[in-house]
Amino acid sequence: ASCVQHRLVVRDASSLQLLQLYTCLDQIQYIEWSSDSLFILCALYKRGIVQVWSLEQPAWHCRIDEGSAGLVASCWSPDGRHILNTTEFHLRITVWSLCTKSVSYIKYPKACQQGVVFTKDGRYMAVAERRDCKDFISIFVCSNWQLLRHFDTETQDLSGIEWAPNGCVLAAWDTCLEYKVLLYSLDGRLLSSFRAYEWPLGVKSIAWSPSSQFLAIGSFDEKVRILNHVTWKKITELDHPATIASKKTIVYKEVEKSPAVDPERLSFPPTRELASSLFSTKSKYDISQVPVSLQYVKPVADRANPKVGVGMLAFSADNCFLATKNDNIPNAVWIWDIRKLKLSVVLEQLCTIQSFQWDPCQPRLAVCTGTSRVYLWSPAGCVVVQVPGEGDFQIMSLSWHSSGDSLVLLSKDNFCVCYLEGEEV
Amino acid sequence: MGDWKTITVPVLSSDSKNIFSYTSEKKISPTSMNSQVLRLSLPSSKNMHSFFSAFCTEENLEQSISYIDRELTTLGFPSIYAESKGKELNLVSIINCMNELLVLQHKNLRAQEEVEMQHMKLGSDMDHLQNCYAKLKEQLELSKREIVGLQERDRQLQSKNRNLHQLLKNEKDEVQKLQNIISSRATQYNHDMKRKEREYNKLKERLHQLVMNKKDKKIAMEILNCVGRADGKRGAWRTDKTEARNEEEMYKVLLSDYEQRQKQLLLENAELKKVLQQMKKDIISLLPPQKQKPKEKSEDGLVLSDQEEDIGELNKENMWELSCETVREQLTNSIRKQWRMLKNHVEKLDNQVSRGHSEALNEKDVISREDHELETEKLELEIQQCKEMIKTQQQLLQQQLTCDDDTTLLLQDCYLLEERERLQEEWRLFREQKKNFEKERKSFTEAAIRLGLERKAFEEDRGAWLKHQFLTMTADCSNSNATTPSAFLRSSEPDIRLVKSASQQRKPSSVLSAPASAEPCQTSLYIAQNSVVSEKPAADIMPNLWVESDDKEETE
Repeated sequence: ASCVQHRLVVRDASSLQLLQLYTCLDQIQYIEWSSDSLFILCALYKRGIVQVWSLEQPAWHCRIDEGSAGLVASCWSPDGRHILNTTEFHLRITVWSLCTKSVSYIKYPKACQQGVVFTKDGRYMAVAERRDCKDFISIFVCSNWQLLRHFDTETQDLSGIEWAPNGCVLAAWDTCLEYKVLLYSLDGRLLSSFRAYEWPLGVKSIAWSPSSQFLAIGSFDEKVRILNHVTWKKITELDHPATIASKKTIVYKEVEKSPAVDPERLSFPPTRELASSLFSTKSKYDISQVPVSLQYVKPVADRANPKVGVGMLAFSADNCFLATKNDNIPNAVWIWDIRKLKLSVVLEQLCTIQSFQWDPCQPRLAVCTGTSRVYLWSPAGCVVVQVPGEGDFQIMSLSWHSSGDSLVLLSKDNFCVCYLEGEEV
Repeated sequence: MGDWKTITVPVLSSDSKNIFSYTSEKKISPTSMNSQVLRLSLPSSKNMHSFFSAFCTEENLEQSISYIDRELTTLGFPSIYAESKGKELNLVSIINCMNELLVLQHKNLRAQEEVEMQHMKLGSDMDHLQNCYAKLKEQLELSKREIVGLQERDRQLQSKNRNLHQLLKNEKDEVQKLQNIISSRATQYNHDMKRKEREYNKLKERLHQLVMNKKDKKIAMEILNCVGRADGKRGAWRTDKTEARNEEEMYKVLLSDYEQRQKQLLLENAELKKVLQQMKKDIISLLPPQKQKPKEKSEDGLVLSDQEEDIGELNKENMWELSCETVREQLTNSIRKQWRMLKNHVEKLDNQVSRGHSEALNEKDVISREDHELETEKLELEIQQCKEMIKTQQQLLQQQLTCDDDTTLLLQDCYLLEERERLQEEWRLFREQKKNFEKERKSFTEAAIRLGLERKAFEEDRGAWLKHQFLTMTADCSNSNATTPSAFLRSSEPDIRLVKSASQQRKPSSVLSAPASAEPCQTSLYIAQNSVVSEKPAADIMPNLWVESDDKEETE
């Protein structure tokens, strides 16, 4: 599904054929599929309206109007039948039910990076709240929206919460002014608290491993600390220096290769294809010899939220690799082998990394840097894929299909789908 | 006697020295000689002759002779006079005296030379030493100056060091101060933030109230029709029961997670214990058997006994797979002990090896090394033999697989012949069976035809009998009294008919069953035949017959 201005376009995933076309009242800011893929919600923040469309019955419609309360965020509940709207200024979260047309309110939600999280199995929801200048976490049962637990956290300013994939542990971390990560059990007990250092800027990003065994904490001091689930103590620190000296690390460097121009094929006036192929630069990967020094960007000292530290963290689906990005060294993706807890590969690109995502089935990483190329890495090697087409297609973000067969590449105005063919055995 | 006048003449010529030595020896009469000597102190060879002539002239000859004699006698030489009181000179004694004097003169010259040499040497040594002394003095001066300079530098550096220390302390203090400032500012910011947040909350509350108070009719949900729940269930009311259930479910989830983790940990533990046990066994096997002699030191003995006990215990307990603390500790302790013993052993071996390099006399070590080498040789030989064996086996295999063409053809032919013979046998059997089957089929068809004919006849009879019966029945009905007998008749008739049909049934069955004597395939054929027969149009009546007879049997 994609939205264009005020229209919602639904296409088939394998053939990109147009299936449905819905029109909303105003420009759509956010769309989300329900968990059973039967409904799509379209949030129009400016108007404060959420419209829900059904795929089975195109004639069915639903409109939720927040009125003067305003709308800042909207999302589905895991059962696909409730919509949670966050009103402006985070005054409250309204839970609208599509089954019973009833409404519930959650008061005092916290305006933070990640305030509402659901467990992977969709049973429980944790909401970060703030009352009387103190942070609290409430755990609700999603089936009947009953409050299960309500407890306070020892944080200064709770910045985010995240469930472990096994749904039993909740990680909460403090604002970047304080390095503090708290781990709570499902029933609200504090299991452990982790603090690496006191004064410098703290946690920037957090990721759970898919088996819930490890919690990776990326911080502003360019290090990733990994905690284990048995003792909740640090088992290792992964450093991101600008020079890589270890012999066991493979460094793939993206190099531009100028396109070979056949002088006989040149024609005047040049055809469009020829022009685009002339000017679009191709690139490939080269293996650089260790030691390699990466491009290091010194952050501006007196700005808030400096571009320092480990800003992106992602575990692979098979729990074997961890991909990180150090914002100081914005062109490189670091891939760590979790079984050995060592740096295994560094991908050095020509431009700043915009985003990367692991394949949900295999240990395959897709990286995009704002150019018209998508980069794929797997333990077998890495490859540069050029998006065919004319003009610039600057890929800003990407997303894998849940089967791992295709990728959606998004630029500012367009998107395209990249299909990955399996090997013929 | 004349006075000895030693004239120190600082003139360094040998002549003058000689003159000087002369002057020192000879007694010179006081006045004349003195003046003469004084006059002749100037070094000139000419003067020497004049000097010689000046001492003794013709006038004072006797005086000079007596003088010389006196001198000589005082020096210990014999007198030059022939007799003690005569005036005649003893030439021999004079010559002897002269000779003696010459010898003396030579000796003195030599001594003088030597002394002069020594004097020169001493002089040069003196010079040399003075030079050295001067140089050393200079050096001393230099080094003193250097020392002074270094001391200065040292002082400067120390002062620098002190300064730096001071700076460091200052910096540390500053850092501490800054930290304090930071913390105080942080608390201040927190306080301010809290205040602002409270204000913000108040605003939010107010806004919320306003929003809610407005009672916007707009805040609503417009939905075409309610959608069913995803899991198809209906919503439940919020009651205590549901709350309790929620709690229960939550605890269940947690418990299952813990159980899973515990299982994993148990598995891991079991694996690790196995590995440790294996390691222990390996270590025990690695340790040499010599150590097990009781002659060893008491410590080892104790350790050994412990070790054996441990083995026994732990083996037993391993079978029970206890996981209590004591067992765990025992296992780890025993492994540590084994490891220590192994380490000691390896260290001893190392020492032995190092000693063996230096001392060739230690036969034990040499032997052990020799043994080791022998063993390695043996093993290598074995390996070679095995390799050769493997090679030969491979070759044989290859031969077997790819032998000459002739043999392969022969073999193939043999196999083919065998197979052909077998096939032929089977064919024969098959043909025989086929013949038999044909025969049987013929007989069956004949029987079937016969049966069909008989059936026809039977049917006709039956039809006639039924007609007759019907007629009699109707006749009997009009005469009600005749029912029972007719019933009996009827019953008997059908009995008879039944018997007849039964007999007829038996007949065809007997006909049919005759060939169905021995072979089981023939019975199957019988069934097949039965079905075949049933298909034939003439025998269509048969199933009906069977059915009817069955019916009749049932009714009767």
